[in-house]
Parts: sequence; C-alpha cells; structure tokens
Amino acid sequence: MTDIRTYLKNYDGPELRLMEVCGTHTAQISRCGIARMLSPAIRLISGPGCPVCVTVTSYIDRLVALSLQPDTTVLTFGDLLRVRGSRSSLNDAKAAGGRVRMLYSPLDALRAAAGEKDKCFVFAAVGFETTAPVYAMLLEEAEEAGLENLKVLTSLKTMPPVIDWICKNQGGVDGFLAPGHVSVVTGSRIFEPLSQKYGIPFVVSGFTGEEILASLYALVRRRGKAGVLNLYPSAVTEGGNAAAQKAVERYFAPCGAAWRGMGVIPGSGLALREEYARFDAGSLGLDDDRSLNPECRCAQVLTGVVSPAECPLFGGACTPRTPQGACMVSQEGSCYNYFIGGRAAQ
Amino acid sequence: MKITMAHGSGGKATAELISEIFEKTFDDPVLSQMGDSAVVPGAAKIAVTTDSFVVSPLFFPGGDIGRLCVCGTVNDLLMSGAEPRYLTCGFILEEGAETGDLRKIAASMAATAGEAGVRIVAGDTKVVEGSGGLYINTAGVGFLRGGTQIGPDRCREGDAILLSGNLGDHHAAILSRRMGIENTIRSDCAPLTEMVGGLLRGGVEVHAMRDVTRGGLGTVLNEFAEASGCRMELDEGKIPVSAQVKGFCGILGLDPLYMGNEGKMIAVVAPQDAPGALALMRKSRYGENASVIGRVGPRGERLVLLKTTVGGTRVVGPLYGEGLPRIC
Repeated sequence: MTDIRTYLKNYDGPELRLMEVCGTHTAQISRCGIARMLSPAIRLISGPGCPVCVTVTSYIDRLVALSLQPDTTVLTFGDLLRVRGSRSSLNDAKAAGGRVRMLYSPLDALRAAAGEKDKCFVFAAVGFETTAPVYAMLLEEAEEAGLENLKVLTSLKTMPPVIDWICKNQGGVDGFLAPGHVSVVTGSRIFEPLSQKYGIPFVVSGFTGEEILASLYALVRRRGKAGVLNLYPSAVTEGGNAAAQKAVERYFAPCGAAWRGMGVIPGSGLALREEYARFDAGSLGLDDDRSLNPECRCAQVLTGVVSPAECPLFGGACTPRTPQGACMVSQEGSCYNYFIGGRAAQ
Repeated sequence: MKITMAHGSGGKATAELISEIFEKTFDDPVLSQMGDSAVVPGAAKIAVTTDSFVVSPLFFPGGDIGRLCVCGTVNDLLMSGAEPRYLTCGFILEEGAETGDLRKIAASMAATAGEAGVRIVAGDTKVVEGSGGLYINTAGVGFLRGGTQIGPDRCREGDAILLSGNLGDHHAAILSRRMGIENTIRSDCAPLTEMVGGLLRGGVEVHAMRDVTRGGLGTVLNEFAEASGCRMELDEGKIPVSAQVKGFCGILGLDPLYMGNEGKMIAVVAPQDAPGALALMRKSRYGENASVIGRVGPRGERLVLLKTTVGGTRVVGPLYGEGLPRIC
C-alpha cells in the first residue's frame, strides 16, 4: 500500500483524467481525502453516477404535482426531497400541504399501500442497475398482494450508454473507475465493449479508501490500454447477478432517458413494459430539463467538463444549505462532496 | 390506564396523576411542598439550562426518554463547568398515553437523577389531544465552582482534544429501532457527572468541554474552531467507533462524525495534562474507550482538518441539511 501511495503521489507521466462514475465512489474519495494524495498530473473527475443528480426537472415537477393531488401520497428516499424542479421541491410541496413520505426501504411502500387501500401511493423510483432489481421485486410483491393502489414514477437509468455518450461527446477521459455496485448486478463484462471501442482501461473498484487507491493505481499503470480489470472480486463476477437481471427484464425494457445536462440518450433508461403499464404513474415523456438558476453548471459538472469549483455559484449562492442544483443536494453529488470535503481547496 | 383529557384539567385527576406517579417516584422534600415554585439554597454563581425531549421511540436499547431528559440537561450543566443540583420537568402528554409507560419513565428519571446527583424539585403536566405521544422538557440549575473558566474560545494551539468514547451509538440505536433492524447496538445515554468531576477535581487544566449530541463531533469541533479562531486537527484512526456501528454506517451511508450521542463529551486540555486527563476519563464510568483524537492547530484557519486512515486529509465541515429527526 505504501508503494501505491508513493507511486500515485510521484507519478510524472502524461497528464491523466480519470473519471469515477459512481456517486458512492465520489463520496468516499472526498471522505478519505484521496484527491490530495495524488500527483498533480492525475486529475479525478466525477461522472454522472449519482441518481438524484441526473434527474431532470420535469420528473421532480411531476412528483410535486402528484403529491398535491387528492388522496395521493408520494413515497421517496430522503435526498430527492430537496431537489428543486422548475418551481419547487418536494419539501416545498410538503409544506404546502402535499403528501410526501420519506422511506428507508422500498418495501415500506408495500406496507403503506396495504394499510390504506383507498389511497394511491406513488413511489419515486430513481436509480441505476443497482436499484432496478429492488423495484422489480417491489412490483412482484405488489402483484402478488393484489395491490392496485401502488404505482411507480420511474426514472431508471443504465450506465454503459451514458459512459458511451461522455466518451463520444466530451472525450478526454483516460480511464474509468467503474461502479462497484452496478457491476454486482451487471457483471464486469458489460464494460468490455466500451473499453475496446475507446481504447481506455476500466477498473471495477470496491469502496474502501484502500480499494479505491489500488484501482487508481491500476488505471494509471494501464493507461492507454483497453481492458477491464475487476478489483472488487469479492462482490463482482464477470457475468453479474443473473436472478436480478432476470427480474429487471421481466418488468422493464430499455428506453430513451433524459439526463440532466445531456438530454435524451437513446437506450439509457428502463421503462415499465407495456403489460405492466397499470403500475405507471405517468413516467413517459418527462424529458424537460431546466435548471432553476440559469447559472447552475450541474450539467457540465456531471459530464466532467468543469469541476464543481469552476461553477460561478459554487460555495457562494450554492451551498448544501442553499442548493441550486441537484449535485449540491445529494450526499453522493459531486458539488456536495467537493464542498464538504474541501476537495476544491486542493 | 390511559391518559385522558381529564388528566390535564388541573383538577382531581391531575392531582392524582402527579402525586401517584411523579411525587412518589421523585420523592424529594422540596418537590413535595407542591408550591408554585421550588425554593432552594443558593450560591454565588449559578448555571441555568433547559432542553426538550421528543425522542421516538420512547423506549430504546440502552435507555428511554426519562433517562435521556435527565442526562441531556445534566450534561449541559456539566459542560459549562457547573455542578448540577436541581431539575424541573414539564410533561406534555397526548391523550391515550399509557400511565404504565409514564410510571416506567418516571422511575428511569429518578434512577438517573440519583446517579447524576441532582434533585427533581418542580414540575408541570399538560395533556393535549393526540395519539398517545409523550414529550418532556427539563430545566436545570447548577452551581459553578469558584474560578471555573471554561469555554471554546479558550482553546489554544497545542492543546489536546480528548473524546470520551465510541461515536454514533445513540443515533444508530434509535435508527435501528425505527427501521426494525435487529442488532445489539445500545444507546450511550449517560450522565457524565463522574467523568467531569474527575477531570476538574483531578487538577486537569480544561480549556473547553462540550457534549457531542445532535450534529455530532464534526459540528461541535467546527463551533470550537469558530470560537477560538484555531484549526482543529483530528486523526481518523484515533476516533473510536465500534465495529457494529461502523458496519451499520457503511450500509446506510452514514458518517459517525455527524451522528448524535447522548453520553459522550469532548474535552480540550492543556498539552501537558493530556496523559493525566486520558487516564482520568478511562477510569471513570462511561469513559473506558476514551481517546486523544487530535490537537488544536495554529490560529488563522477556522476549520476542522482530518487525517484519514488511508493517509489523505480532508476538511470536516459542520453538518449540513437534516440530521435524523426526533433523536432526543
């Protein structure tokens, strides 16, 4: 480990831009102070791997509208509450009399719906390949229990198409710290075509500080070469979790999805299959993406074009207390972590 | 028996409730006078504080709202260098609350007050509509020893920062109960009377003390940095967190630095007194895992800097956004 630290600190090869696409990696990199342990020639950039951050405003607007409808309750995870849509956030809606309930587990949604069958419950289903199986399981249980009053508003996204989009449209990424949690479900093999196509290394990483350092070391050593290395073998296999993949496939099919700042990327989302449309609370066509503050640079931050500190609002008008964009709201957001971890100071 | 609106009427039902549960359980001659206010012997300088307790659930592993409402106020008095002497308690009961629960809570308050060396000398009870909830306010009075000068503005470069034990136990215990997660994590809820008494009587030059409650260690030390104008330097590897709480935090994405505690304190002491202070803390009740977690850095940067276990450094900001609601 000492050798790895020394190597990363003293690296003096060509300048490298390495992207972590997973929000949990972003948070851990900040938490461990990793950015300051690297040579100035290694630049870490945060990608679009925080599900809350990539959610577009029209999706929030739809949730806000649903919460204000009679006999309807919106169920959501905590981070989404403070993200502003084009006018207000779910927290604002709650203060205005909207029904919004924060959950810790999607399965709590089953209890809520079973408890009040005359009311409608809408679960805000955001997430990546990691969380999609949980929603599939939720729908399976809702079906079995015959619950007609539980619906989902989906904004589910998949990683490979957005990584492809970034490489094609932004370029300049010399290697990817591939998302560990996503890979548990998809398998590490899923990144092979992208690695070959762009001739850059992918390393699947675990989540401890040491695991991230080891993965960065592997990326630097493999610079300029294609190939996927799995450094999280305790949880990730080449083929992934077949049962989870099957559950997702049963309920969801690929669709175009809107990403904050990137627009609609074909095939980058998961939508309910037609035969399960009765569970849908109106998820289609929520593509509109308008930041509340026109100066907010979330879009460029998410694609690694600018670092959070380069946004004119960062640390001034936009802080975790007064977030302007989603990246400052979520605990996995790039801006939040730069701010909290003092990563901007490096 | 369930609490009804009649118990808050101020009439016979109220009187019965008070004498049956509170007067009997707290058993104090000043309280039993049932005057409009308690008359107690005075001192030259007193410390006064108040705190309200709305924790949910009322009973949790390691404690209950009764123990909590005594510890919270007692610890606040202790941290200003005062010796806690008297408490008052105000109960707000929702219709439907169980008198059996109230009895248990009162017993827990009496036991904790006994342990902490304070007397409960005045109280009030109100009943409101609702669904069986129960809230308690306690106020406390403490006497200051002559010459006690303690405050975060007195932190000086080179001072040692001591933490009295593992972080996050209370927060994790409450959250586990609410989420229905089974584990053996217990709240650390405790009065720190013995520990603080030991430090002050043991001749340690204490510059600042604070109990590490809502907002967690990160928030407390940012307040110290702000008040003293000094940088606070921490060593992550020295900050004690139990393996179980560490695992719990890992799963839920929580940071122990921002988790609430109810029986932990920070003491900033003169550098030469650090070994002695640590020994005193470890010897006292609830202090067996105490640790020197860092030092006060130079004046100038009012921030908290953490050296991480992997060898990096990062700034620890205060808690932003919402912590866990109804934790105390």
